[in-house]
Amino acid sequence: MERPLTKNIRDGMEPLDIAAYEKSGGYRAVHKALRQMVPKDLVDLVTASNLRGRGGAGFPTGQKWATVPMGDNVPRPKYLVVDADEMEPGTFKDRFLMEGDPHQLIEGIILGAYAIQADIAFIFLRHEYTKSAQRLTRAMAEAYDRGYLGSNIAGSGFSLQLRLHISAGRYICGEGTAMLNSMQGGRAIPRHRLPHPTVSGLWGKPTNINNAETLCNLPHIVNNGADWFKGLSRCKDGGTKIYGASGKVKKPGAWELPIGTTIREILEEHAGGMREGVKFRAVIPGGASTEFLLEEHLDVQMDYDSVPKAGSRLGTGTMIVLDDQTCPVGMVHNLEHFFARESCGWCTPCREGLPWTARILKDIEEGRGMMDDLGRLENLGKDLWLGRTFCPLAPGAMEPLRSALVHFREDFERHIREKRCPWR
Amino acid sequence: MATIYIDDIPYEVQPGQSLLSACLSLGFNIPYFCWHPALHSVGACRQCAVKQFRNEKDTRGFITMSCMAEAANGARISIDDPEVKGFRKSVIEWLMMNHPHDCPVCDEGGECHLQDMTVMTGHSYREYRFPKRTYRNQDLGPFVNHEMNRCIQCYRCVRFYKDYAGGKDFNVFGIRSHISFGRFEDGALESEFSGNLVEVCPTGVFTDKTLRRHYTRKWDLQTAPSICVHCGVGCNTIPGERYGELRRIHTRYNGEVNGYFLCDRGRYGYEFVNSDQRIRQPMFRGNRERPLEPTGKEEALQHLASIWPGPSKVIGIGSPRASLEANFALRTLVGRESFYLGIPESEHRLLKLVLEVLSSGPARSPSLHDVELADAVLVLGEDVTNVAPMVALALRQSVRQKPMEICDEIGLTRWADAAVRETVQDRKGPLFIATTAGTKLDDVATRTFHGAPDDLARLGFAVARVLSAEAPEVPDLPNELAPLVREIAEALKAAKRPLVVSGTSCGSESVILGAANVAWALCKEDQRADLCMIVPECNSLGLAMMGGKSLDAAFHEAAENKGALAIILENDLYRRAASERLKGFFGNVKTIVAIDHLRNSTVSEADVVLPTATFAEAGGSLVNNEGRGQRFFPVMPPREDVQESWRWVRDIMLVVKHLAAEKWQSLDDVIATMAKTVPAFNSIADIAPAANFRIAGMKVPRQPHRYSGRTAMLANVSVHEPKPPDDPGSPLAFSMEGYEGQPPAALIPRFWSPGWNSVQAINKFQNEVGGPLRGGDPGRRLIEPSAIEKVPYFQETPEAFCRRDGEWLIVAAHHIFGSEELSVLSPGVVERCREAYLGISPEDAETLHVAGGIKVKLVMPTAEYTVSARIIPSLPRSMAVLPVGLRGVEAADLPAWGRVFVERND
Repeated sequence: MERPLTKNIRDGMEPLDIAAYEKSGGYRAVHKALRQMVPKDLVDLVTASNLRGRGGAGFPTGQKWATVPMGDNVPRPKYLVVDADEMEPGTFKDRFLMEGDPHQLIEGIILGAYAIQADIAFIFLRHEYTKSAQRLTRAMAEAYDRGYLGSNIAGSGFSLQLRLHISAGRYICGEGTAMLNSMQGGRAIPRHRLPHPTVSGLWGKPTNINNAETLCNLPHIVNNGADWFKGLSRCKDGGTKIYGASGKVKKPGAWELPIGTTIREILEEHAGGMREGVKFRAVIPGGASTEFLLEEHLDVQMDYDSVPKAGSRLGTGTMIVLDDQTCPVGMVHNLEHFFARESCGWCTPCREGLPWTARILKDIEEGRGMMDDLGRLENLGKDLWLGRTFCPLAPGAMEPLRSALVHFREDFERHIREKRCPWR
Repeated sequence: MATIYIDDIPYEVQPGQSLLSACLSLGFNIPYFCWHPALHSVGACRQCAVKQFRNEKDTRGFITMSCMAEAANGARISIDDPEVKGFRKSVIEWLMMNHPHDCPVCDEGGECHLQDMTVMTGHSYREYRFPKRTYRNQDLGPFVNHEMNRCIQCYRCVRFYKDYAGGKDFNVFGIRSHISFGRFEDGALESEFSGNLVEVCPTGVFTDKTLRRHYTRKWDLQTAPSICVHCGVGCNTIPGERYGELRRIHTRYNGEVNGYFLCDRGRYGYEFVNSDQRIRQPMFRGNRERPLEPTGKEEALQHLASIWPGPSKVIGIGSPRASLEANFALRTLVGRESFYLGIPESEHRLLKLVLEVLSSGPARSPSLHDVELADAVLVLGEDVTNVAPMVALALRQSVRQKPMEICDEIGLTRWADAAVRETVQDRKGPLFIATTAGTKLDDVATRTFHGAPDDLARLGFAVARVLSAEAPEVPDLPNELAPLVREIAEALKAAKRPLVVSGTSCGSESVILGAANVAWALCKEDQRADLCMIVPECNSLGLAMMGGKSLDAAFHEAAENKGALAIILENDLYRRAASERLKGFFGNVKTIVAIDHLRNSTVSEADVVLPTATFAEAGGSLVNNEGRGQRFFPVMPPREDVQESWRWVRDIMLVVKHLAAEKWQSLDDVIATMAKTVPAFNSIADIAPAANFRIAGMKVPRQPHRYSGRTAMLANVSVHEPKPPDDPGSPLAFSMEGYEGQPPAALIPRFWSPGWNSVQAINKFQNEVGGPLRGGDPGRRLIEPSAIEKVPYFQETPEAFCRRDGEWLIVAAHHIFGSEELSVLSPGVVERCREAYLGISPEDAETLHVAGGIKVKLVMPTAEYTVSARIIPSLPRSMAVLPVGLRGVEAADLPAWGRVFVERND
């Protein structure tokens, strides 16, 4: 099995420096793309490779690039913003890639920037990722030294400035337009979906936002072609994916596997199955803001189309496993408490509805719940939904709750009936 | 037109607007909070949700925010769909979770948009059982009260204060469910438009602090349509009264003038009406050694009759703060030859010039709404923010016009406010500001230029010359100015709606000429160019149109012919001329009659004082700087012996057997005579319905139908309910009885509609939200430009400013708080007034060895002052700035030369 994204990553070792990275074939794609391909070729190649955005929404990357205005008469500078603000609970895939092979990301950024002819790229990095920050800073300095960043990259005539921006730390910054507002020094509040950032983004200029993992795929697509990339996967999406698992599994971690690997394979083969004494109960497949899947879903393929068919989303592809010794109400309360705290405060349903949700759940968990509360939670689950809120934060928060109310109904009712948490 | 389907019924609407504004214009009730007709859509509150259907066959539909969706042709929505109704109810429930429900003690109660919307959605029972959040409130100064616990986080306040009005000391703080709005730390709000927070806030977070001291619910306020008297812009207002006391001023929407807003001087300057300095009885003294003593109305009039010297011996001094009718009545009494306008010769010349350039040239005087739409602006000589604040607010909107064209290019509707601001970023359209010193509006200017008035004028002449070869050349223009001149000319020429703003406040005729030349040079056959002239007082332009002689001429006449009697109408001459000259004048006139409403220095000199009504107790017409004639109506009947000035003049005419007055029973009679006598006012009767106007036989009630305590208000005096005071002079009644529907726009006494108790009821008075009031916005333009073959460019280019050794050119500075006579009697305004100072440039300060705050002595031909020095970095050398009207600064003809000395203690 090929593992292009992680081939340079060795547990507990410093990442490759630029010389070693180049020796392992690094920056070859930059030479190839910038010298032999026009931007349109690169967009077409990536479109043909079926690369889909790894941030969670799974939008085809080539299609997104194609919406960036091109030509001489477009507003300048154009920006590429790299979403490395990995704050989704249970998710640590970008960290794995940035700490493990920072040059791979930088090479991907150069290619992504070339495709849309961006002048400036920013890495928007999660505040707590200090090791990533150190390693990226060093790698960027090396890349500038070696002429892969700055003006006239590798003699191609293409120039790109790359800056590392360390976030002040809000979950909402993972929403691309809130990220742009925060970079502009404003409040991290999402923007309306129109105009799209590719038309009017950072400081009102065309801006493409790509997830860090998405960009890491680019050097390999350029080097090996679209067919090779599609061939890596077990479904129609192209490539591999960093999957992860946390919770009471034997070996929590992150692994690069073909897209379309089943949940069972990830949990049993790679995470080593459940710890002794606990049984699998459910899993949130893609970070905290996805719906619970149960034992009957273990053979679902983890890809952008199969997971929704089972009633959830692939999201970030990093699973949180719920076992039979952990209170599901407590778990959902923990999640909702997080989401309520991370609301930006812009729209009413999210700002007011999430803390209410969290408070009701706390009451239930601590034995003060009422049967009416379940109806209230269901209503909140319906009202804090897509189209009714300004951005997807609150609907994301509702996904685990809505499914928990279905799958763990009996646990909720028992809390209320017994006026206590049965797990305590 | 676009057809949209609302609950399956087709409606024709203006395309391009939002669904919310389309539905509101059609008269539907959709609740909303963050949307505001002037601030537009951001989609934050989620209250205006509707169900939208993709097509005829779509029965499921999807919930969408009507403020964020376009009313596109064929759009199908449902307002009454049960699912979306449930969602709207949920939104209110969330908003009310933390709201304190303190309506009984909240000043917003009874005119609260949150109350209205809560009732509209049907939310009545709160299921939230957890503790409410609380905040610490801030002291925001004398105008606005802060009660954050009531906040529903609609973000309107910050969007108005920061985004719309350009304020810098107000923001949103916190995150998640703990958002708050206010200042970084306690302190008076710095914006000149802070009072609008009171009306913009949909609930009781920001309320009127002056109203709070004499609080009355909206339903207990007697109100009438009025006009602001505190500057020349003529904003429309709704003053509210109870128990004979004026309680507050609210905005009266006028789409052409002030729209939804007012400045703080206009909103908070009203308290002079309640001042203990009011004169309520006639006063008289036998000789000037004795104090004034109260007397009866008849006695006062009989005394005047007994000493009446005959019309040619009477000097009549009018006033730019009195109505046209009052001035006209006085002019009729004394005769045209003896009528003086009550303004110094210098100001008279400036006003005549303003009138001339507006009526004899091709450029049109714009309404405030037109100013907002200008896409390139040159300001010549005016500190707009301090002299005509609402023009500054309009200019802040105008700089967005040009950049917003980008939005049109990428297909972004202009009402998508947040997206538009993100797209526009900090791009600003061309705005060039040339003034004597820096102004607050400079932060949105493309370029600024500071110089002496003559140099400002030369800049204007030079720009005009670039635009038209027929305009005169400017000799010896410094080379370094050439690029600026070219840049201004090119920006104005490229604009679709160029605008030049100038006026009288820097005291220079040349500046007005220069501004006129620029505007005229921009007018082409298919090119409109606006010329906005700012005048100092509420009726300055009206007075100029009426015509008369200056105060200096009156002084001259009194000195030459030893006048027997002078009648001074609503005018404190000490604000217009130096006290030395006034002493001479008063000495030359045997009897001084002052008709005024407040004790002031002029009243103290008078032999007979007649108590007149303020704008709140009087009716009349004013002409604003646009040349728009506007009518104001009394809000309350005058008390005691107070009556309108024109009635005092009429009464004098009756006792001295002046026949013209016999027909003057009501204001309409004076207006009719004036319309016949003064050609400029031919159509003045049309600006508002006449006194005999009735709807279904009824008058328009000044009191709302919920007006309470009517029978108990005076029960401590008499248990018999008094008959409401008559008001034969207007179509309004001092009563709650009358026509309950919508009156013509000029007569709207308050904005109210069933279910809409707050100011948001304005929507119900417009055919299109944000558009004109039904039947057209009130007021009528009385000045129009001339269609002329050849532009009459002014040829009198002034010489460049030339420094003098040891002398400074003293120019006037104006302050929104302190420079205007009446508003400084409001305690809140007093708090915001600064102390008198002399502004000097840093270079001159260095030469004089003074720092800011050090006392300096200014010696001018007419007066001497000892004031603190204030260093003004933007001020050119050899110029000094004297703030007019501030306490301790006597009237002076500025600009003038003066000497500055440092007061040394040693």
